[in-house]
Amino acid sequence: MPITVKTFASLGEAASALAADRGARFLAGGTLVMRAINEGDTSFSTVVRSTDRGFAEIRPASARVTLGAGVTMAQIMANRELAFLHPVARAVGGPAIRNMATVGGNLFAPSPYGDFTAALLALDATLSMQGSYGGRETPLEEFLANRERNNGLVSSVTFNRPATPEAFRFRKVARVKPKGISVLSIAAHLPMNGGRIAGARVAYGAMAPTPIRAKSVERALEGRALDEAGTAAAVAVAAEGTSPATDALASAWYRREMIAVHLKRLLAGTA
Amino acid sequence: MSKTPVQFRHNGFDVAVFVDGGASLLTALRDGVGDTSPKFGCGQGTCGVCSVLIDGELHLSCITLAETVGGRSVETADGLKAGAALHPLQTAFMENFAAQCGFCTPGMLMAAKALLDRNPAPTRADVIEAISGNICRCTGYEPIINAILAAAGNRQRA
Repeated sequence: MPITVKTFASLGEAASALAADRGARFLAGGTLVMRAINEGDTSFSTVVRSTDRGFAEIRPASARVTLGAGVTMAQIMANRELAFLHPVARAVGGPAIRNMATVGGNLFAPSPYGDFTAALLALDATLSMQGSYGGRETPLEEFLANRERNNGLVSSVTFNRPATPEAFRFRKVARVKPKGISVLSIAAHLPMNGGRIAGARVAYGAMAPTPIRAKSVERALEGRALDEAGTAAAVAVAAEGTSPATDALASAWYRREMIAVHLKRLLAGTA
Repeated sequence: MSKTPVQFRHNGFDVAVFVDGGASLLTALRDGVGDTSPKFGCGQGTCGVCSVLIDGELHLSCITLAETVGGRSVETADGLKAGAALHPLQTAFMENFAAQCGFCTPGMLMAAKALLDRNPAPTRADVIEAISGNICRCTGYEPIINAILAAAGNRQRA
């Protein structure tokens, strides 16, 4: 079935067109929507896109970083001020996918995809949503909980730069290297205050239908040093709150067993 | 349903084609322009056989909406040769037995070109990374990696 493609100069117009048509899907990099078209998905008949320049802009202010939802993984890897995110962007797809796949699209990538979103969760990101009634800010966690019911348009993602480069850690486990889909991924922001963790954020990819925060792990780490005892307390509750899928890559059981192993390695800072 | 006109540069020449709504760049190239060098493999962005360069950047044409390349430059494996003379990458692929069934070859060549255009002296690890989005079911990759390294070496000596 042919698709109607509507292109708008501004994100606001695109958001209005999206809100006015239940059968419309927004296209950014194409890695999700074009794939759906190729597979004969008939759940949408209109594709909305925007040529808004701000949509693909990186604004790395000193403490706050804003990424337009149309920023690609390759753009992130080319930006020296975003070095802490380079391992995350590099973990997404192969070189061609990284030239196409966007920050905004990754928010909608079904599990086991969405490694970049796990990193954004650990960074406590908020989303700017462009609705037909203007813009609003939404915490990423809240957005993910209602992901399938959202009809607004994500225009950008904002988060605080990690206090130090070492405070942010990311790890993706895949069976094929260098390009493989996640068995699981873990992102953590662990700011230290006087040798103790203050404000721990730990997030998982591929451990639930959407990327999730590992809140039991965060609680176990809070106020602790990153020593053997602190790590052991966190690792003991690693699988709490997770509901991973069994798929061609791994069983749910395997993912639950492995999350503790890889959380331990991530906290120890070992490969 | 009306068709949409798309104009772009294809291997250095201006072309104009009409596409259906939602048509991919791959369809525009194969059915519209008549360039069958990029192949249809998975249609999901997983296998890399449809790889082309858009403004010098590696993209997957099967998941690129055709009308997004309006006014841009698209390069395919068909544009590598200069008349009867093969591109150094094509020669290296031939000399190193890097093509067996040949289905992945056009995509491999474009991924390799994207690499060498940016990094004329890649390491083996760079090459493996550069073709990590391209699947080959015949060669086991080693001859392809060797061919790309050989092409880089030949180019440096030239």
